Amino acid sequence: MPTTALHRSRRPGPGKGRNLSAAPEPKVPATPRTAYKVTGIRVLRSEWAKFWSLRSTWITLGVAVVLLILFGAIASYTYSPDAVATSGPPGPGSSDVDSDAVSLALTGVSFAQLAIGVLGVLLSAGEYSTGMIRSTLAAVPRRLPVLWSKAAVIGPIALVLTTVGALAAFQLGVPGLDGEKIALSLGDDGVLRALAGAGVYLGLVAVFGVALGVLIRSSAGAIAALVGVLLILPGLASLLPDSWYDTLSPYFPSNAGSAVYALHQSSDALTPGAGLAVFAGWVALTLAGAAFRLVRTDA
Amino acid sequence: MIEARELTKRYGDKTVVDTLSFTVKPGEVTGFLGPNGAGKSTTMRMIVGLDTPTKGSVTVGGRSYAKHAAPLHEIGTLLEAKSVHPGRSAFNHLMALAYTHGIPRRRVEEVIELAGLTSVAGKRVGAFSLGMGQRLGIASALLGDPAIVMLDEPVNGLDPEGVLWVRNLLRGLADEGRAVMLSSHLMSETALIADHLVIIGRGRLLADTTACDFTREAGGGGVKVATTEAMRLRPLLAGPDVTISSSSAEELLVTGRDAHEIGAIAAQHGVPLYELTPKAVSLEAAFMDLTRDAVEYQSAPAGTERKAA
Repeated sequence: MPTTALHRSRRPGPGKGRNLSAAPEPKVPATPRTAYKVTGIRVLRSEWAKFWSLRSTWITLGVAVVLLILFGAIASYTYSPDAVATSGPPGPGSSDVDSDAVSLALTGVSFAQLAIGVLGVLLSAGEYSTGMIRSTLAAVPRRLPVLWSKAAVIGPIALVLTTVGALAAFQLGVPGLDGEKIALSLGDDGVLRALAGAGVYLGLVAVFGVALGVLIRSSAGAIAALVGVLLILPGLASLLPDSWYDTLSPYFPSNAGSAVYALHQSSDALTPGAGLAVFAGWVALTLAGAAFRLVRTDA
Repeated sequence: MIEARELTKRYGDKTVVDTLSFTVKPGEVTGFLGPNGAGKSTTMRMIVGLDTPTKGSVTVGGRSYAKHAAPLHEIGTLLEAKSVHPGRSAFNHLMALAYTHGIPRRRVEEVIELAGLTSVAGKRVGAFSLGMGQRLGIASALLGDPAIVMLDEPVNGLDPEGVLWVRNLLRGLADEGRAVMLSSHLMSETALIADHLVIIGRGRLLADTTACDFTREAGGGGVKVATTEAMRLRPLLAGPDVTISSSSAEELLVTGRDAHEIGAIAAQHGVPLYELTPKAVSLEAAFMDLTRDAVEYQSAPAGTERKAA
């Protein structure tokens, strides 16, 4: 019979095996049963390894950053104050106030948020659609550390990479806006804050995707929910009576989120701090729902 | 050691596992048998905490699975071969599981070699054949050097060489003192490996017996006797617990006496025999008899053979 090449580190005795003639293995009963143990840090390490060992991670992250930089740079280079002025009816207070160097540089956020959100969904719902979740939860039967670790891995990674992407988009756009009256530099008031705000927003979107994935357990369903919440909800809400809309709309996830990375606070929007708090609240709420479902329902 | 006590799982008003109690002991291979849909997989999912029992409880090494500090060291499982992300390589999959427990890379390489996956360890699992997927599942079951190994249909999709490998592997694991539990819907295959049999149908326990007893009981299919003097032999064979039937003038079917006795009696009385055949009931037939009423997906009569498949 071939040896199984397993060496038991700590099981006492060979049990009532058939190979009674085998010499008892030398065992030190005083040593702890095993060095193997599930800890929070180890689950985090595992999720980190899972994150980077998929090709789709690299592709989706790459797409997000490229979209962010590309759209930002293109918007800055193609910007023309005349085009803005002639496109609308000429009149007093025609709103090219809305365009500033930062908002142009961050044109790509609305595309990047989809890529980043999908990445979050794939990280969690992808385990359900492939069956990997059975292996994951068998290894970590307490389950919640898995959710926290996924969020803790993807959030900071998305934050750092998209902040770098936003900075790059802005810097690449600077020559394109050279001489325009809206031109700004990194050192100007609020510019760094707004660019970092985009990174923070996208980091939270990634966590939002993870939470949706665990909540809905299907990649397609979770991606649909993501698109619905971030892109379609604001449009649908405009069907509400005006007075309701004006009161509620700043608190929609996407509107609260865009306040985080706006350079100038528009009259009907939240302050960056309040926007961050509201959007983070939405993410936390979704995460709580995901945690509840993860623990309470069969995998 | 796995101990299930009155384990019950209901989905809506459908009871999939019904007050099931059994024990899987160390040092033994326990075969967990039942037709498709009998509740084997659901039971195994409850053992490792993926599903919560509606009623009853199951413990692994004396505690519920989730309470262990190092679950993979208590019990290693192969639930379905495709519990793997197809985009990850076999090595990265095992490494990701190993990280959660602080299992060293050396151990990952060890189980890869043990499962015969060394040459494909860097390949994406999505490109694996069914058999390679099974080997990866078995490798991950052994990863944590567990006291209990629980495998759901481990030989599915394996070639004959792979089946033999699994058989020897499980025997070896049990001989090392581990508890081994494997599920199957194939009686004959399981009888070759298992010491103990737990047979269920429609979620209920049908038999909890040793493989030896089951085989012995299955052997009682009677003896066919052909003789020119059937009328004279019949009363000679009669006795308590002996039943004799006859399908033609020169043939008897005797149960309650073995061929040895019948031959001796016939010789003693000078009755010439020209056939004396013990009719062994196959294990598969005995299993089908046992589970006949409990088959979830009954096929048309013509397909009786496939019931257990």
